[in-house]
Amino acid sequence: MANRRIDEATNTETVGHEWDGIEELNTPLPRWWLWTFYGCIAFAIGYSVAYPAWPMLTRGTEGTLGWTSRGQLDKDLKAQAAERAQTVAALAQVPIEKLPEDPELMRAAVAGGAAAFKVNCVQCHGAGAAGSKGFPNLNDDDWLWGGDLKTIEVTLTHGIRQPGDKQTRTSAMPAFGKDGILTPPQVQDVASYVLTLSGKEKASAAAQRGAGLFQANCAICHGPDGKGLRQFGAPNLGDAIWLYGGTRDDVVAQVTNPKHGVMPAWGGKLSPVTIKMLAAYVHSLGGGEQAPQPAAPAAAPAPGATATPTTTATPVATPPTAQQ
Amino acid sequence: MEAVLTRAGIWLAILFIAVIAVAAAADTGYAIHMGIIALAAMIGLWVTVSTTDYGAIARGILRTPADQGRYDDDPIRWGVIATVFWGMAGFLAGLFIALQLTWPVLNLEPYLNFGRLRPLHTSAVIFAFGGNALIATSFYVVQRTCRARLAFPGLARFVFWGYQLFIVLAATGYLLGVTQSKEYAEPEWYVDWWLTIVWVAYLIVFVGTIVKRSEPHIYVANWFYLAFILTVAMLHLVNNIDVPVSLVGSKSYPLFAGVQGALVQWWYGHNAVGFFLTAGFLAMMYYFVPKQAERPIYSYRLSIIHFWSLIFLYIWAGPHHLHYTALPDWAQTLGMVFSVMLWMPSWGGMINGLMTLNGAWDKVRTDPIIRMMVMAVAFYGMSTFEGPMLSIKSVNSLSHYTDWTIGHVHSGALGWNGMITFSAIYFLTPRLWGRTRLYSLRMVNWHFWLATIGIVFYAASMWVAGVTQGLMWREYGPDGYLVNTFADTVAALHPMYALRAFGGLLYLAGATLMVVNVWRTILGHLREEAPMRDAAYDAAADRPILAPAE
Repeated sequence: MANRRIDEATNTETVGHEWDGIEELNTPLPRWWLWTFYGCIAFAIGYSVAYPAWPMLTRGTEGTLGWTSRGQLDKDLKAQAAERAQTVAALAQVPIEKLPEDPELMRAAVAGGAAAFKVNCVQCHGAGAAGSKGFPNLNDDDWLWGGDLKTIEVTLTHGIRQPGDKQTRTSAMPAFGKDGILTPPQVQDVASYVLTLSGKEKASAAAQRGAGLFQANCAICHGPDGKGLRQFGAPNLGDAIWLYGGTRDDVVAQVTNPKHGVMPAWGGKLSPVTIKMLAAYVHSLGGGEQAPQPAAPAAAPAPGATATPTTTATPVATPPTAQQ
Repeated sequence: MEAVLTRAGIWLAILFIAVIAVAAAADTGYAIHMGIIALAAMIGLWVTVSTTDYGAIARGILRTPADQGRYDDDPIRWGVIATVFWGMAGFLAGLFIALQLTWPVLNLEPYLNFGRLRPLHTSAVIFAFGGNALIATSFYVVQRTCRARLAFPGLARFVFWGYQLFIVLAATGYLLGVTQSKEYAEPEWYVDWWLTIVWVAYLIVFVGTIVKRSEPHIYVANWFYLAFILTVAMLHLVNNIDVPVSLVGSKSYPLFAGVQGALVQWWYGHNAVGFFLTAGFLAMMYYFVPKQAERPIYSYRLSIIHFWSLIFLYIWAGPHHLHYTALPDWAQTLGMVFSVMLWMPSWGGMINGLMTLNGAWDKVRTDPIIRMMVMAVAFYGMSTFEGPMLSIKSVNSLSHYTDWTIGHVHSGALGWNGMITFSAIYFLTPRLWGRTRLYSLRMVNWHFWLATIGIVFYAASMWVAGVTQGLMWREYGPDGYLVNTFADTVAALHPMYALRAFGGLLYLAGATLMVVNVWRTILGHLREEAPMRDAAYDAAADRPILAPAE
């Protein structure tokens, strides 16, 4: 340390080394720095005594507070559950058809359903439940399987086209073009006719030819007027709502080789109360329907074809006479 | 001649092996990588054989001082150019992915989607820009502060070119989808092996130079460089213990799985920040700040205490990246408390950097390079306060997985690593190419302001975005249910993402000025402008001590 000198600007002694012109002052450690450092170390020691911290031979120390992250999560979840316990108990009791009779409970169910929808449903139906091509819009009043509370609950519980679920909603439109049931020109004719139903195309000779083909092949599920039949999940073709698109190309594609969407059977994943809440939420979005009046025993319908069927019927089944 | 033949033979052997590997490759990514290696070997072969051309190039823009009385600066000159080049590539990639996040239509499948460009950006700025800056400045600083030429000149050149090959293999790998999916350690097994060889060569050159030093003591900057080189070697080795599926395929599987794998990964990831982006860049600070300010280091004692406490504490802080995960509670606690203890050791570096200006504070006003250094150290101080704060579990429960982390990283990376590197480049360029001064000091000033305002936009928008995101995720309605969907938070952040991209654009604009400035300086141009203050340079004193007193 031969070359110590006093630095004029700071009046501090240098250490006496020099590297490429760089010297070092011998300034002591700043006190505030040192004491803050000690403070941090003291905090660290205290914290690691209070909380799980030091690894031992078989497990870490547990800390004097007995805190664990699992324990805290459990506590938080229980607190949440306790807050909701009354509503959940009430919802578990009430059959879903009776839910509208209790507006306060209905409101709570819709709020819970909205939350559950964000976690489980938005992936396909979208954040605003507006759906997209192949995924139904839940805001309108066009229902494939029915839009009253009980029917929505059944659809949610058993899903769409779930092989493991006996009560799942299943419909299967034949691949008219692909399997050669109709020739390509016939498919075009049917499309022309279908598009006249919603007024997208004007009546034409092709549509005339298609009308006959429609009555022979399609009316069995979609109804003679093309307004759809919910027993089979057959969509209404006379409105402006199209699941797989409403252009001529879309309709031709669907008649030729139809797409069949799926939805999980939520009964296996969510609690019955959550499904009830989801049904209430979806029902509340704008298209919810009144429960159907059971007092309509029409002239001996085919057994199993009730108003809210959970049928696995195929399109070749006898078309039921009753609608709605 | 024998040496030429030997080298040519080695290149030829590598070429053959690479061509065979291309032919036998199990996947396209591996085949392309082996193709690149074959191309590099071919270039090596060509350069070796046509030595006359090599000499001509070397006498041109990249002069070789055969004179033993001068420092060996060739690899440093290349390093400066590589730093600037890769920096621009990295900043451009960063701006592009920021725009992709704002407007997803910019995802160009499959090669230029966000998933592939994001590691390209991080590796380009950290390992290509930062790594080249560290290698170049360490070679510069270790020679000057040891008053000795580089220990193994041939090996030093291998380090430079070998490192560039690593960068090219890593970058093309990301675009081709060749990745082991570990953050900041994406390159696959054969690229890792190559980097290991390059890194060991780097260590040998650096330690060799320190060993043959003419100064009695080792300067503090060299402690930090050595800590950086040694620790990165250890981190790289442990985090890349993989088993290749096939010797002619790019895919491998790591030895550690599950939560052990996660802990090893973040032990690596956090210390990549600690030893690559902190220790290495502190070394740069310890040389370039006193040189540019022409002032002694503020406190020798502080440098010792903060060096050892930083080195000891940093290595334990990794688990704070895994708060509220399957990592055992005890490990999370240790990660947090070691991070909190790290606050003051980090600030020791800031104090030593800033207070070195004692007696020269006027230079912040007159010297744009000093101004840049001061801003760098200020951002270092800010992000090393933010880091320990974010590691506290209750803060982390809000900030984790949000854009706050991205903002934190960038105030450190753009502010600290970027600014200190820019100022080092501005210091080095005129000295390395023997120019009287930079082409333009006024442009440095413009660079400073563009970069600073860019960082403000970046950091502020990401703070707002991160806190918004964190609060929206945990927002409960009066009925006790979550209020927002994930998509709601994405929509809410859109304006912040646009502001972030604007900040990135400003930062890139500043760096573009640097490219012009460095290029014109190398060409020997001088812009006519009102003079600004710059540090003096005595070329006669910038020489090694020839006969070490041994």
